[in-house]
Amino acid sequence: MASYTLNINQEEHQVDVAPDTPLLWVLRDHLNLLGTKYGCGIGQCGACTVHLNGQAVRSCSLPVSAIGDAEVTTIEGLSEEGDHPVQQAWLQHDVAQCGYCQAGQIMSAAALLKSKPKPSDEEIKTAMNGNLCRCGTYLRIRKAIKTAANT
Amino acid sequence: MLGFSWRSSSAKDTDVANLPEELVDINAYIKISPTGEVTILSPNPEIGQNVKTSMPMIVAEELDIDWEQVKVEQAPLDTDKYTRQVAGGSQSIRQGWDSLRIAGATARFLLVKAAAKKWDTNVNNLVTENGIIKNPKTGASISYGEVASEAVTIPMPRKVQLKDPKDFELIGSYVKNVDGMEIVTGKPLFGLDFSREGMTLAMIEHPPAFGMRLKSFDATKAKSMPGIKDVFTIDTSLDNPQWSDVNAFNELVVITGDTTWQLMKAKKALKVEWETISELESTQGHNQKLAEAISRKTGKVIRKDGNPEKIVNTAAKVLENTYTAPFLAHNTMAPMNYFANVSDNHAELIGPVQTPAALRASVSQFLNIPESNITVELTRIGGGFGRRLYGNFGLEAVAISKRIGGPVKLIYKREDDMTQGTYRPAYAIKYRGALDESGQLLSFEAKGTGIPESPLFANRYPAGTIENYSSVNVGIDTNITTGAWRAPNSNFTAAAEQSFIDELAEAAGKDPIEFRLELFDRAIKNPVGKNNDYDPERYAGVLKLVREKSNWGKDMPGVYRGVAAYYCHNSYVAQVVDLVKDGDSIQIQKVWTAVDCGIVVNREGAINEVEGGIIDGLGHSMYSQLTFENGAPKQDNFDNYHLIRNSEAPKEIEVFFVDSDVHPTGLGEPPLPPVMAAFANALYKATDKRYYNQPYMVADQEMIGRAS
Repeated sequence: MASYTLNINQEEHQVDVAPDTPLLWVLRDHLNLLGTKYGCGIGQCGACTVHLNGQAVRSCSLPVSAIGDAEVTTIEGLSEEGDHPVQQAWLQHDVAQCGYCQAGQIMSAAALLKSKPKPSDEEIKTAMNGNLCRCGTYLRIRKAIKTAANT
Repeated sequence: MLGFSWRSSSAKDTDVANLPEELVDINAYIKISPTGEVTILSPNPEIGQNVKTSMPMIVAEELDIDWEQVKVEQAPLDTDKYTRQVAGGSQSIRQGWDSLRIAGATARFLLVKAAAKKWDTNVNNLVTENGIIKNPKTGASISYGEVASEAVTIPMPRKVQLKDPKDFELIGSYVKNVDGMEIVTGKPLFGLDFSREGMTLAMIEHPPAFGMRLKSFDATKAKSMPGIKDVFTIDTSLDNPQWSDVNAFNELVVITGDTTWQLMKAKKALKVEWETISELESTQGHNQKLAEAISRKTGKVIRKDGNPEKIVNTAAKVLENTYTAPFLAHNTMAPMNYFANVSDNHAELIGPVQTPAALRASVSQFLNIPESNITVELTRIGGGFGRRLYGNFGLEAVAISKRIGGPVKLIYKREDDMTQGTYRPAYAIKYRGALDESGQLLSFEAKGTGIPESPLFANRYPAGTIENYSSVNVGIDTNITTGAWRAPNSNFTAAAEQSFIDELAEAAGKDPIEFRLELFDRAIKNPVGKNNDYDPERYAGVLKLVREKSNWGKDMPGVYRGVAAYYCHNSYVAQVVDLVKDGDSIQIQKVWTAVDCGIVVNREGAINEVEGGIIDGLGHSMYSQLTFENGAPKQDNFDNYHLIRNSEAPKEIEVFFVDSDVHPTGLGEPPLPPVMAAFANALYKATDKRYYNQPYMVADQEMIGRAS
C-alpha cells in the first residue's frame, strides 16, 4: 500500500492503495466516483475513459502510481450541470440506449473536440473507434459530435 | 404511502384519513402530489429498449397530463400490481399496452369524478387538458393535484373510455430518454454502481471449459493477500430448475474482499484443479457435426405441404445451398453483477436482471423461503440482449450472501462473463428450391440444425406461399449452455432464408422484390395451409414501402444494393443495404428500413432502437464469433472477440414506419435479423460472390457450407 494525492476534477484526493491499482478502481471503489465504468479491464472498450491532462485515457489500464500530479477529469468533472456542449449534444440527439458506455463515449468526444474543434467525419470515426457501444448508437454519437463541434 | 391497485373494486374511506402532505397513489402506476406533480411508475426492466420512457408515455397519454410535468420512477418487482415484468421477446409494449392505457384512463376518470363531486356537477360537463380539469360552462378549473386525495375515495369504474388513437398527442411523438441527463452526467444508475454500508465484494472462478468441474482448490496465497476476506465454494444447483436456470457451472470458487482490484489480483493467485466430466468440445468437431446433421436423410418434420421431393425431379432449375453461423456471446457492456442480502429467512435482491420474477422464484427454492419474504429492486441495466433472462449470477450472489451472512455485490470480470454464457447456438440450414421454366417457384425445402437446436420455425414464410414445402429439424447434443440471444432463431434464419430467396429470384430472372411480392400475393389470395404465422399483406407492405423510399430499381452507378424482409416478434421489417467501394474496401453507405410495428409509441426511441438493431445485426454477421477448443471458449475479451466499432457502422440509416392504428408490437428484436441478409445480398452485387458462412468478413472461417 502507498499513499497518493490525486488531482481529480480540480480537487485533491488522498488514497491509500497498492501502486498497481488502476485509476478506474480508485475512482469507483475508493472515491465513489461511479460515472466511470468497467467494461473490459484491458483498454479495449473505452467505457472507463477519463481525461489525463486533457487527453482521453483508459483508466482501467492506468496504474495509480503513474498519475503523479497530472490533472484527472472524470465524467463528474466535465461540467457542473451537465451543460458541456458534448453532454448537451448527447441529450439533443437522444444518443443513449442502455447508457452504460456513454460516459466513456462523451469523455472521448470531449477530448477529441479539445484537440480538434472541427473534426472531419474520418477524424471522428478514428477518435471514437476505441469506444464500443453494444447497443449500436454509433450514428447518433457521430451526429452529436458534429453538433457539439458547431456550438 | 396510501393507495390501491387499479384492479381493486373500490377504496375504503378509512384509507384516506391523513392524506394531504403525501403523494397519493391513484393506482399502481400513478402517484400525484397535492401540488400536481405526477409520478408514473415504469414496471418493466430497462435494458436500453426505452421502456422506462415509452411505457409511462402510454399512461400519460390516457391520463391527459403534460409530459414535462411527469417524473418517472422504476417500479420494483410486484406481481400483484403488475403483469409480466420481463424484458424479453419484444413484448413489453405489446403486452403492456392495454393495462397502461387503462391505468391512465382510470386515474383520469377518478380525478374528473372527484372534481364533479366537488362542484356538484356531472362528469360529462367536464373536460381535461394537461393535468387540469375544466368546466367549460362555468369556467371553473382545478388541477389533478387538488383533487387527488378525493379521487382515491371514488369507487373504481367497471369500464373506462379510452382515447381514439387518432386523438393521441404524446403517443407517436419524439420523446427523449427520461434518464438522459443522469446518463450523460455519469449518475450511479446501474447494478455495478449500487452499494450498501457494510457490503462485501465478491468474484467467482468457474471451470475454464464446458465439460469440466471443480476438483479442489488451494487458496493459501489468495487468502493472504491484502483486502481478501475469504475463499470458499458455493453450489447453486436447484432440485427443480426452471427455464431461466441455465448454468453449466453450479459449483464455483468464490473470493470475497474489500475492493475490486484486490479481488482481481487474488483471483489470479488462486490455484484451482478442475476435472473433466464430459466431452471437451471444439469448433472443428461442431462443424463436422453440423455438416453431418444437415446431410442426414431423416429429421423431425415440423411442416410439410405437397410433395417437394418429387417436384425437384421434374423442375427446370433446382438450387441447393447451406448457410452457417457460429456461437455468439451476448457481451452486454456491463458484465454480469448482482447485489444480495440474505438474512434469517428474508432476502433482498437488487440489480440488473431481465426476469426478476423468475429469479425470485429460483431464490425462493434455493433458500427454501416463501417468495413473499423476498424483495426485488430493478436497476437500470447495462445491456440485456437475452443474457440477463438467465439469472444464475443473481442466484450466485444469494448463495454468497447466505454463506457470509451479510450484504454482497457479485462482480464478473469481462473474461468470466464471456466464457460463461448462455450463448446463441451455432447453426446450419440447408435449403433446396425448384423453379419451372417461367421462373415460378415450385417447391421450397428447409433442413435446419443447430447446437443444440435448429432455428427453423414451422409456419413462417415462405410456408404458405408455395404448394410444395417442407421444414425439417435435426438437433445436436452439447454441454455448452445456450439460450435466447436478441431475436432468437430469427437472428440466423432470416440471414439464411433471405439470402437463399435472393438466389432463387436471380435464378428465376426476376427482381428480388418482385419475386418476393409474387410469393406474398399467393399467400394473400390463396394461402397454402392454415397455420401461417404472419400477415402477408403487412409483410408485403414493408417491402413496398422500402422499395418506394429507397428508389429501388433506379440506376445508381457505383452503388451495390441488397434487399431482405422478415417477420418476427409480431413486427415486420424490410431493409435495403447500399454498399460502395472505396479502393479495396467496401463501405456500407446506407441502410433503408421500413417497419410495421403497429402504432409507434415513442418515435425517438423507436428509431434509435431500429438503428441499434441494424448495427447489431450487421456487426455480428460480419465480424463476431465464439469458437471452442478443448471445451474452452477461445475468445474471452474484446481484444479477440470482434464487436462492431464506430468506423465499421453504416454511414447512414433511414427509418420509415408504416402509418398504422393497430395495437403496437415490439421493436427490440425485429430490426436485427433481415439486415444480415440484405447485407449479404448487397455484398454479392459488389463482389460477385455469395456469402454463406457467418461471420462474413472473417477470411479464415471454416466454410462447411460453401456451395460448389
